[in-house]
Amino acid sequence: MKFTDIDIISFHKKPVKEVKSDWVVIVGNPNSGKTAIFNRLTGMHGKVGNYPGVTVEKKTGMLRGSEILVRDLPGSYSLNPRSLDEQIVADTVQSWRFTEERPRAILVVVDSTNLARNLYLTLQVSEFGVPTILVLNMMDEAGKRGLFINMELLKELLGIHQVVSVSAKYGQGIPELIRSIEKVAEEDFSAVREPRMDTSDPGHIPLQKLTEILDSYRDRLGIPSLVESMRLVADDNYIKYLRPLLFPEEINEITREIESARNGFKAQGFSYQALESNARYKFIDLILEKVIRREQDLQKSFSEKIDNILTHHIWGPVSLVLILGFIFNAIFSWAEAPMQWITSAVAWTAGRADLILPAGPLKSLIVNGIISGVGNVIVFLPQIMLLVFFISLLEDSGYMARMAFIMDKLMGKIGLQGKSVLPMLSGFACAIPAVMAARTIENWQDRLKTILLIPLMSCSARLPVYVLLISAFIPHKTVLGFLQLQSVVLMGIYFLGFFTAVAGSAMVKKFASRKKRSQFIMEMPPYRLPLMRSVGWKIYNSTKLFLVNAGSIILAISVIMWFLASYPAPAKESSLTSRERVEQSYAGQMGHAMEPLIKPLGFDWKMGVGLISSFAAREVLVSSFATIYNIQDDDGSGNVPLIQAMREDRYADGRAVFTPLVAISLMVFFVYAAQCMSTFAIVRRETNSWRWPLVMVGYMNVLAFSASFIVFHGGKLFGLG
Amino acid sequence: MLKKFNLLDLKPGEEAVISGFNNDFGDMERLRDLGLSNGASVRFIKYAPFGDPIEIMIRGFHLSIHKSIAENILIIKDEGIQ
Repeated sequence: MKFTDIDIISFHKKPVKEVKSDWVVIVGNPNSGKTAIFNRLTGMHGKVGNYPGVTVEKKTGMLRGSEILVRDLPGSYSLNPRSLDEQIVADTVQSWRFTEERPRAILVVVDSTNLARNLYLTLQVSEFGVPTILVLNMMDEAGKRGLFINMELLKELLGIHQVVSVSAKYGQGIPELIRSIEKVAEEDFSAVREPRMDTSDPGHIPLQKLTEILDSYRDRLGIPSLVESMRLVADDNYIKYLRPLLFPEEINEITREIESARNGFKAQGFSYQALESNARYKFIDLILEKVIRREQDLQKSFSEKIDNILTHHIWGPVSLVLILGFIFNAIFSWAEAPMQWITSAVAWTAGRADLILPAGPLKSLIVNGIISGVGNVIVFLPQIMLLVFFISLLEDSGYMARMAFIMDKLMGKIGLQGKSVLPMLSGFACAIPAVMAARTIENWQDRLKTILLIPLMSCSARLPVYVLLISAFIPHKTVLGFLQLQSVVLMGIYFLGFFTAVAGSAMVKKFASRKKRSQFIMEMPPYRLPLMRSVGWKIYNSTKLFLVNAGSIILAISVIMWFLASYPAPAKESSLTSRERVEQSYAGQMGHAMEPLIKPLGFDWKMGVGLISSFAAREVLVSSFATIYNIQDDDGSGNVPLIQAMREDRYADGRAVFTPLVAISLMVFFVYAAQCMSTFAIVRRETNSWRWPLVMVGYMNVLAFSASFIVFHGGKLFGLG
Repeated sequence: MLKKFNLLDLKPGEEAVISGFNNDFGDMERLRDLGLSNGASVRFIKYAPFGDPIEIMIRGFHLSIHKSIAENILIIKDEGIQ
């Protein structure tokens, strides 16, 4: 299967008369600094959304001080797509054949230190009749490397609207860029419609007839016929872009002619696959010879010197382990203090509310439902921010590509590949961005496998559950002389998910035959100092997302849990204790109904209630416990710490509800269980079918149930619990 | 006589000129899009720490590819011409 066929082009639209649209679009190669330019142009007030039908980040924002909308497309090397991101770009650009879909201008952001490859995409997109502004980014770096570009000549030779040099890093050239965007509408620009490639190659002869036919439909097709015929011959899928514009009999004529052109090439013994790239690069080489002046030869670059260590055959893997170790340690230790502050702030708020509010259902709702529910979850904000911080540092510095470079061989042994490293690591933060990050893997099987294994990485939402259970039920003591038992258990729980993913992947590799080994082609961008404003932007976005979640989903569930645990309200003068009241509430009834299913795992009805609620988001388990135990607490004030309440919880016969074994069984359940609805939804969208999210939920929950069962009963056999 | 060499016949640090591709592999088009066209010069930088993939430099940027791809990229090696 290929990537999902996304048709952004709506069918059978007729080109209408020219209208000046009020939006511009940014395209460019990965690592060209597109996003940094976008942030500069919009003043970081961009909005992140999704393309209809697929979850590809669509960033839009208003151009600073104007009414023009700026859209940022995913990074792409070519209009002949190879990944989902590139498919989106190709489909969007192709839709500009329809006048009403056209932006006011295209900004092609290029890395000036790497002009040849970046110009390839520039030439391709500039042929759609939309004014094209070439944005030469990283001009400061090019200057330092002794590289000089004759911008006037470049503009003339490319036949494009404007060439602007900028440095997104220092903000140079941004006002000029904004001015040229605004000016586009005033100037009467007619696109040069000649193909921007070398057209003199005698090897193109077999294309002649096809090109002539396309030429006769030129007013409907819109882009140079020679380019179109090269792509039609090379790629069977390309004809889908012509279908909405031509009549079926015309399409048939073209299809026939494609076949005879291919036969023509075969007869000559020529390949028809690389026609476009050869013709383009010949053109590019000619241009660059004229516009580029090098004052000094490039000596061994700075990046290569760093890589002498970081991808060295010994020091490379060593530093990789050290870097990851440092990051994981930092996430836990640096977050400690801010987490303390949030905890105290929540406790203080609850205490104040308790004092101020009159007793009654409202007070119970606010203190037991909202404050303890939401408060117990936002505690994890510092860790999420740190994780996003480090992952964006790894990405923006260029080190992520080195990690893939180093790890690819090992990942291949378990049936994955180097590009799976980033998504899998991100899975420790949150499965949702991680599943989206898997989009950079072009091979569909590898991508699917990575997506299905990501939820086994213990995400930050599971951490609250682990921390709560470990600090309540794992003794605070030292083992083997220097290790904290609690940290050992926490680490073990993390490794459990990780090793299960490795083993699972290796098993799939062994039993599932694959047609073709996946091929690995990846750019190794030069090392660059991450722009703090870009890193800050990512942290801001994920914080916002988390808080919006906490403020909506988790708040809603906390209120629902409070309601379920408080009602039906017992008669005024009933002699029930508060724990009996909770037990007879709706929540209690639900938990009891679940008991036959979860008792074999060592769980009681309260854990059952917690499990139901955690299907919305795992961290909700903590707030559900908080709500249930706060309500259950006899004086109703919620002043007994959750941990203490759980430790003191007893069955009717006096046995403790939670034992260390039950706590471990519950944690193991959380390692494996597919609980997060958002992950389910994102997998549905990324794989474009219900099948894979259902497979994921199926295998994970079977695994969760059996593993917990084995842990609980195995533990009992050994006399634990 | 001119022997057919591929990228893996280079040692780390060596340079050569691309002369073509073995026709039968699917990623050729992408490599062409990235600028690995006939006549372009390519430098072998190094093997990854565990032996695969390899790192090459083409048109001023660095690219990492599997060895199974590299052996399909044909080159003209100076020493190869007697």
